[in-house]
Amino acid sequence: MSSSNQSLGTKTWRRAIILFVTIYLLLPIAAMLDFSTKSLSGKRGLTSWRAIFNQPDLIAAVGISLELALIVIALVFFLVVPTVVWVHLKLPKLRRPIELICLLPLAIPGIVLVVGIASIYRWISIHVTESPLMLAAVYSMLVLPYTYRSLSAALNSVDIHTLAEASRTLGASTYRMLFGVVFPTIRSGVMSGAVIAIALVLGEYTISSILNFSTMQVEISLIGQTDGFIAVAISLASLVFVFLLLVVIPTTVNRKNEVVEVEHS
Amino acid sequence: MTDLVQETKAGSALRGAGLRAWRKYSAYVGVLPFMILVSIFLLWPTFSVVSGAFQNAAGKFDLSTLKSVLSSPAHRAAFEHSIQISAITAIVGSVVGALFAWAVSTGKSGGAVRRICLSASGVLAQFGGVMLTFAYLATFGFNGLVTSFFLKHWSHSFFAHPTWLYGITGLCIVYSFFQIPLMFLVFLPTVDNLKPQWREASDGLGGGTFEYWRRIGIPVLTPSFLGAFLLLFANSFSAYATAASLVSQGSIITPLEISGALSSETGANNPALAKSLSLAMVVVVVIVLALYTLLRRRVSRWEQ
Repeated sequence: MSSSNQSLGTKTWRRAIILFVTIYLLLPIAAMLDFSTKSLSGKRGLTSWRAIFNQPDLIAAVGISLELALIVIALVFFLVVPTVVWVHLKLPKLRRPIELICLLPLAIPGIVLVVGIASIYRWISIHVTESPLMLAAVYSMLVLPYTYRSLSAALNSVDIHTLAEASRTLGASTYRMLFGVVFPTIRSGVMSGAVIAIALVLGEYTISSILNFSTMQVEISLIGQTDGFIAVAISLASLVFVFLLLVVIPTTVNRKNEVVEVEHS
Repeated sequence: MTDLVQETKAGSALRGAGLRAWRKYSAYVGVLPFMILVSIFLLWPTFSVVSGAFQNAAGKFDLSTLKSVLSSPAHRAAFEHSIQISAITAIVGSVVGALFAWAVSTGKSGGAVRRICLSASGVLAQFGGVMLTFAYLATFGFNGLVTSFFLKHWSHSFFAHPTWLYGITGLCIVYSFFQIPLMFLVFLPTVDNLKPQWREASDGLGGGTFEYWRRIGIPVLTPSFLGAFLLLFANSFSAYATAASLVSQGSIITPLEISGALSSETGANNPALAKSLSLAMVVVVVIVLALYTLLRRRVSRWEQ
């Protein structure tokens, strides 16, 4: 439907709906900006924003969350992606079971997973390490459905079997076939999965708060109990950060990936 | 001599079989590291929750916890609240989100409005938990933007006195901030699929706007709409972080009851109860997702 031959009624409705929903969704963000520049004395200023940097616990927690995101990305890149590609190419029988496993976290709410996993983390903290970085293992499970979806979409959109066979006939080793042919073709799918993974890890609260690990969200929540102004400022800052992450990175990555390039050596 | 020959033959045959078996199964070795990680951190916890719901503290088969959960008024009330909130936010989210998707879809196909709405919804659909709670408090809280505005202009209105802030109404309002964008993302491709030719054909046959929606638009969109509704329901039903960071007193919904049963702070650490409540949640989510899968199958059949 081009907008030229729409009736006036339709146009008015469209604009009204878009306006209403936009205002509704932007309202909390505007309110956060308003609230974070307020103070108890009623004066306007950036006091709360400056105070973010005077929170050593928060900065440590942000560090932990970023490290967790990196570990989860590494697990996705070096474990999940190779496994799914391997199953796709070599073990068609396992494709269905692996798909079910990867989608299972959608059926298990985070709060339920933490019930089952609490005893495992208790054991780990007694016998192995108390480091919060161990959360990366369960986070990589939470990320599985998103990784799997973008990955299988990428694998299905190119005829990966033909590509793999062609490289085989041309004498490529398995290693070269995987890293020279398969991975470059699915790169954008992997990247979009990775971006969601980062957003998910940085926003995760359920599991870390119940297992008593102080990640970024747990720390923000704690600060909120004493100083709402600072907590709102940090929330807005992290929202903007996630927005940049989810909007800017995919557009730059996709632009690069429009042409599939295979390096020659 | 013959024995020896036979023995070596048997040996090489054995080795050949071993080699063949190795060739056949070596590919499976590549899956092992992944399977080990998944078994420890996903399959075992899932199994432990489901089986734990049927066991007592000593690990024996026992239905008493499950029975007491099902018959306890407090647990049932929390469960009903959970269902109620999920249903309300799924209805509001799917209706508003669908209208929004229609409004954006009928605009310019490569326009800026569409691109901005898509990116913003991608972020807002992920926007849950602690950050959302503070956004909500900054908006509708006692010192929030909307509250101050209404206090100044309509001091007797609903928004001027947010006593509903930490209750079910509050949870419904706060959840809709991620439900509407999610619906938009899920439903936009379906609305894009409505072909302008159908409208033209309907106009050509003398049908008006009402006729078009009653006979074409709504029947075509219904399966996808219901599917998206179920997705929203499951999404809201599973949500914990937003409610936990907002509601500090009382366990008004099942996820909060589960965390209450898990935390030993109150001295009432009760893993069996947590597992029984969890099982109830999983059953609901699995039913909802199974219905969703059935619906999607129908949808993809006619969309091809």
